[in-house]
Amino acid sequence: MSDYTLEVENLSKAFPGVQALDGVSLRVRPGHVHAVMGENGAGKSTLMKCLLGLYRPDSGRILFKGEELRIPHPSVALAKGIAMIHQELNPVAERPVMENIWLGRFPRRRFGPLSLVDAEAMHVRTRAIFEDLELNLDPRERAGNLTVAKMQMMEIAKAVSYNSELLIMDEPTSSLTETEIAQLFKIIRRLRSQGVAIIYISHKMEEIFRICDEVTVLRDGKFVGEREVASLTIEELIRMMVGRELTSLFPKQDVPLGDVRLRVEELSSPGAFENVTFDLRRGEILGFAGLVGAGRTELMETLFGLRPIASGRVLIDGGETRIRSPRDAKRAGFAFLTEDRRSTGIIGVGSVTDNTIIANLLSYVKKPLRLLDFARIRTDTREYNERLRTRTPSYETRIQNLSGGNQQKVLVARWLLTRPDILILDEPTRGIDVGAKAEIHAIISELAAEGNSILLVSSELPEILGMSDRIVVMHEGRQTAILERKDASQELVMKYATAV
Amino acid sequence: MTKRGILMKNRLVQILNKYSLYLVLVLLVLFFSIATEGFFTVPNAMSMLTSWSIKGLIALGVGMVIISRGIDLSSGSVVALASVVAASFAQNPEVSKFGMPPVFVAVVLASLVGVVIGACNGAFVAYTKIPPFIATLGAMTVARGLALMYTKGFPVSQLREDFMILGRAMVGPVPLLAIYFLVAAGAVWVILNHTAFGKNIYAIGGNENAARVSGVSVELNLVAVYTIAAFLAAFGGMLMAARTAAGNATYGNMYELDAIAAVTVGGISHSGGLGTVSGMVAGIMILAVVENGLILLGVSPYLQQVVKGCIIVGAVIYDMSKHKRR
Ligand SMILES: Nc1ncnc2c1ncn2[C@@H]1O[C@H](COP(=O)(O)OP(=O)(O)OP(=O)(O)O)[C@@H](O)[C@H]1O
Ligand SMILES: [Mg+2]
Repeated sequence: MSDYTLEVENLSKAFPGVQALDGVSLRVRPGHVHAVMGENGAGKSTLMKCLLGLYRPDSGRILFKGEELRIPHPSVALAKGIAMIHQELNPVAERPVMENIWLGRFPRRRFGPLSLVDAEAMHVRTRAIFEDLELNLDPRERAGNLTVAKMQMMEIAKAVSYNSELLIMDEPTSSLTETEIAQLFKIIRRLRSQGVAIIYISHKMEEIFRICDEVTVLRDGKFVGEREVASLTIEELIRMMVGRELTSLFPKQDVPLGDVRLRVEELSSPGAFENVTFDLRRGEILGFAGLVGAGRTELMETLFGLRPIASGRVLIDGGETRIRSPRDAKRAGFAFLTEDRRSTGIIGVGSVTDNTIIANLLSYVKKPLRLLDFARIRTDTREYNERLRTRTPSYETRIQNLSGGNQQKVLVARWLLTRPDILILDEPTRGIDVGAKAEIHAIISELAAEGNSILLVSSELPEILGMSDRIVVMHEGRQTAILERKDASQELVMKYATAV
Repeated sequence: MTKRGILMKNRLVQILNKYSLYLVLVLLVLFFSIATEGFFTVPNAMSMLTSWSIKGLIALGVGMVIISRGIDLSSGSVVALASVVAASFAQNPEVSKFGMPPVFVAVVLASLVGVVIGACNGAFVAYTKIPPFIATLGAMTVARGLALMYTKGFPVSQLREDFMILGRAMVGPVPLLAIYFLVAAGAVWVILNHTAFGKNIYAIGGNENAARVSGVSVELNLVAVYTIAAFLAAFGGMLMAARTAAGNATYGNMYELDAIAAVTVGGISHSGGLGTVSGMVAGIMILAVVENGLILLGVSPYLQQVVKGCIIVGAVIYDMSKHKRR
């Protein structure tokens, strides 16, 4: 028997136009949490998909418990004891939670000569899993009704329920808030003590130092090194990933605040949030903190015309404004980077260029024939994506072939291009690497300095605390506090967010 | 294999995939030119153009609808209804109910039939959210029914010379019908590639929610797409009346399926958001060449159907396999 649960030797994989993996090695011991780190597009997800049989490597070997492994199909990986939580959620939205969990291995019962799906057993077993993991989920709920965070917890429960020896987690926390992350870490610690080998991928540095034992770093598809986490500092790790020094992570400039740009009065939407009231000034960054279910996303969707307003008023520059559709919202100067990049963000089969310009098309229409000005489209696409360091083989590549973090960068570029007065950012740095995160924070800060106003929703407290002038804290649809930057602390925000 | 080797192979596969459609077209033309006597001749080419131009017009519109992630089953019936409307305004004065209006009246009224039906299709799809398949299935049945009611099942014949010229004139050796088709293909190319409307159609087909959040008016754009599609079908119906010297409620039967088949062969994806005009045109030409070539080979009409069906399914299987990367 080998000392390692998993050994990857010299693995390579090319896609048209990119060498995604180039001679990568990785060794994971049983009972260890092994981080795989690297910038967006470094090849982390590709490596994991090779392990799961979703991609076929061009060369190299994969040893599982000392034996060479050929994985033609994910079902083989699952049968051998390898399970994965995917970076991109893929729920069967129309079916209940429990069917999502048991998909591909439904509990059966015999009925004469027939073998039927045993819904009752499925329900009982799903309940047992949720209780065991202390998750508050209803097995019969339609999966599509879940929030992104709950969906993520569902995926985690599903992966854990395979009782695998190797569990791969590709950015499991990118849409989770602090309480769920704590819950996940509890699950991870328990699996670790049971001897499960865990591969953990995340762009959140502090998580690596909280939960991981070793780390393997990739850069441009190449193996950079493997270290003990305990012997490493954040700065050293970042240098390994980026290959250069990085300065301040939250470079918020202090800017004088102007007049009130947006005023929201007693805004309510039944079942989502009630009586939300706040002002947003020119040059201000207003952070929104809260746990899952606080209603922050719903509030933003309402402001952007995606949900009807039940009661309350929205005033822009002092005048009441009716916003019934995203088009109205855009005309009123809003831009909205949504939280769920898959369902409301990317146009998967569209090119990077098309995805960059779609919210800004009308500004490229040239008189007299009303045709599009491709020269300007090209320069804008290049300028914004270079600024955000989007890694893509070309701007004509389909966005679905980019790594998750790079897709997010294109979406940020999309909304920056509209030069909005009021920019709503819902988890803007989700899945984005440290370097680009600093870049996005710098851009947000710059926009504010130019007199634009920003509503920032984030489940990363350091981000909220670092970027915001003031912080609105919400709990289960109610606004529980508005904190000034100088008064805000992690503890205080959490206190109002949990409303104890 | 070395890494370089793999990259080179990938590149080659990419290029082959990109141009495979045109390669198939060229191979088919070569095959039929060698296998049959009369295939590679000017008269045969012109007769192919004449018989497929109207279907080609329809296919361009249907292709746009499919890019928006919809489908249009009503085109064949719109051809029929437009043909009888056009014909009844272009009959010889002795038999006409409407006297002798100028030719453009017939053209405009026939086109209007398409615009109205298309706008209804689009409105149903966009605002009631019923599936496009159902909405246009309804329109297909209704339009055919209206055409039958209006004509009581009889052809509308004895048309005027000045109307029939629209579908029969030649520009040098080229039939005017083919020129309509080429102009329409050019227009659709400009729309899809160079206008905001075209980009919106691709975006809606690719991810309707993302398009909506980006401020695209999904509803208005859908109404416009279905309207253009039915307009092209109606224009085709009018031309058919002009070419055959009659309007008939039985015209255009199953044309919608030929149109869908052609653009599908041309690589327009039914999952939406994908496809090019050059692909559509190549798809139309492939079906035209196969049909014409098989006739010249003396293949029985029954076997022709079988071959056509296999080509459609085979083309889509091949198209899907291109995008499966492992
Ligand atoms: N299916 C695909 N087709 C083409 N290129 C791909 C495909 N999947 C990934 N790539 C490319 O391979 C490279 C590595 O992508 P990968 O998703 O592994 O990055 P990652 O390290 O997981 O990044 P992130 O942190 O953003 O998730 C990227 O340049 C990406 O564009
Ligand atoms: Mg990834």
